[in-house]
Amino acid sequence: MIIKQLSVFLENKSGRLTEVTEAIASANINISAFSIADSDDYGVLRLILNKPEEAEKILKAKNFSVSITDVVGLVVPNEPGGLHRALSILSAEGISVEYMYAFALSNSATVIIRTESIEQTISILQKNKMQLIKTSDIYEI
Amino acid sequence: MIWNEYIECMDREKLTKLQSERLSAMLERLYFNVPFYRKLFQEKGIEPGDIKSVEQLKYLPFTTKQDLRDNYPFGLFAVPNSEIVRIHASSGTTGKPTVVGYTRKDINTWSEVVARTLTAAGAGKNDVLQIAYGYGLFTGGLGIHYGAEKIGAAVIPISGGNTQRQLQLMKDFGSTILACTPSYAMFLAEAMYEANMSIDSFKLKAGIFGAEPWTEEMRNVIETSLKIKALDIYGLSEVIGPGVASECYHQQGLHIFEDHFIPEVIDPNTLEVLPYGQVGELVFTCITKEALPLLRYRTHDLTVLNADKCTCGRTIVRMQKCLGRTDDMLIIRGVNVFPSQIEAVLLEMSETRPQYLIIVDRKNNLDLMEIWVEVEGQFFSDEIKKLESLKRKIQHNIESTLGISASVKLVEPKTIERSEGKAKRVIDKRKLKLG
Repeated sequence: MIIKQLSVFLENKSGRLTEVTEAIASANINISAFSIADSDDYGVLRLILNKPEEAEKILKAKNFSVSITDVVGLVVPNEPGGLHRALSILSAEGISVEYMYAFALSNSATVIIRTESIEQTISILQKNKMQLIKTSDIYEI
Repeated sequence: MIWNEYIECMDREKLTKLQSERLSAMLERLYFNVPFYRKLFQEKGIEPGDIKSVEQLKYLPFTTKQDLRDNYPFGLFAVPNSEIVRIHASSGTTGKPTVVGYTRKDINTWSEVVARTLTAAGAGKNDVLQIAYGYGLFTGGLGIHYGAEKIGAAVIPISGGNTQRQLQLMKDFGSTILACTPSYAMFLAEAMYEANMSIDSFKLKAGIFGAEPWTEEMRNVIETSLKIKALDIYGLSEVIGPGVASECYHQQGLHIFEDHFIPEVIDPNTLEVLPYGQVGELVFTCITKEALPLLRYRTHDLTVLNADKCTCGRTIVRMQKCLGRTDDMLIIRGVNVFPSQIEAVLLEMSETRPQYLIIVDRKNNLDLMEIWVEVEGQFFSDEIKKLESLKRKIQHNIESTLGISASVKLVEPKTIERSEGKAKRVIDKRKLKLG
């Protein structure tokens, strides 16, 4: 259930993001989800890809600082309270979220969550019958 | 091992006598063969016979890089051009290049002092010496080359650059000694790591690194990553090139080959000679040089001299690893800052590599220092708060070391130019504005 997320360190200068997307595109790797966290002079691009290890190699060769982080993909119903129920479970178990990002499709929404202890997070969510995305389903997000 | 035990372990009194004899012979040559010096002596009312011992050196005038420029190209040569067998020149980033010449005897002297340097680094005729200093007008490559041949080592004259080939030949030819700048040694270690080459497949045992100041912390990194003894060597083309001073395996200062080059340390402001043990600018008098015998040449390098006998047995005076250059020194908000201090801070932290650039600027009459630090793959966290805390930690450590604040900017790997020669670590925008 652990999803490998690829993170890339980016300086805030124009064209840098395009270089990443171009490298990924030309290797025929698909981006299923992403987010950008930014500070004054740099940002961190986080990507959910179908081939994270391959993308890591490609970007490393292009001198990017990259790392692979374990995250969990949670599916919640696209309705009021959908996210709240999932987060309440984690909060009740004392799991704090480092960061998360989400996107909604018609009936459901997918939330990518990073916590300090991913395996514990997964088992708690599974125990509570929450729907998680399988690694093999990443293409389908 | 000691190449020339007679000289390198000579009784200091005997050595001083030898220096004094050589000094007065040199002054004679300067007076009669170099109009520039004759004029200087006459202005000061000095005649060659007046100076009989090293003690009196302090009464003689200094020579500066500007004097070499003013007498470009051959004005300070003390022999006719027919005696010159080699000419080297500095890159001349500021104006005209600095030109130095050698007679046949000078080349022999040079080979001798480099032979001493290499022997102190444990090199002998069974060694394979990879010379990754630049060959050509720069004295590094050819200087080491002749000394290496003199001791009978197998020389690989690969020169600088072409990192992939450096690593391949180093491995295939079984190089045991590496000669290059310390920043290039770091660069090679990095390239080795990136190419997934194991250091255990190499035969390197020592490196002689010079041509730029480097810190003890940088030495630790090189020694650990290349599994070698990293030795500091010192030289400058105006004096002879590499081979002016070098460390032995005890790494307790660089032995200056003072039978050829008399060292002094002066206060760069008052120009007074400082006693051994005090930090000041290093000055050399080249008592045996024929082509370009410079008198009290100001190096702008800062160091401390020590005449105690070394554990290795050598009695010749030692200089501490260069602390920086008087002209590298940045004055920021009135505080003296050396790039090597920033480097030391970064090397002490386990989260950073010493890839940095210092940018100094002045806004509203206030000096600002910004330090760019590369975020290497292995230290990259994808959480902003961890990156921000790394940034604050660097800032804090710099402030507590230097006593002034600096802003830190995290940049992508390889943003900062890698040196295959000397590293560029400082961009001082204040100078651009003034100039």
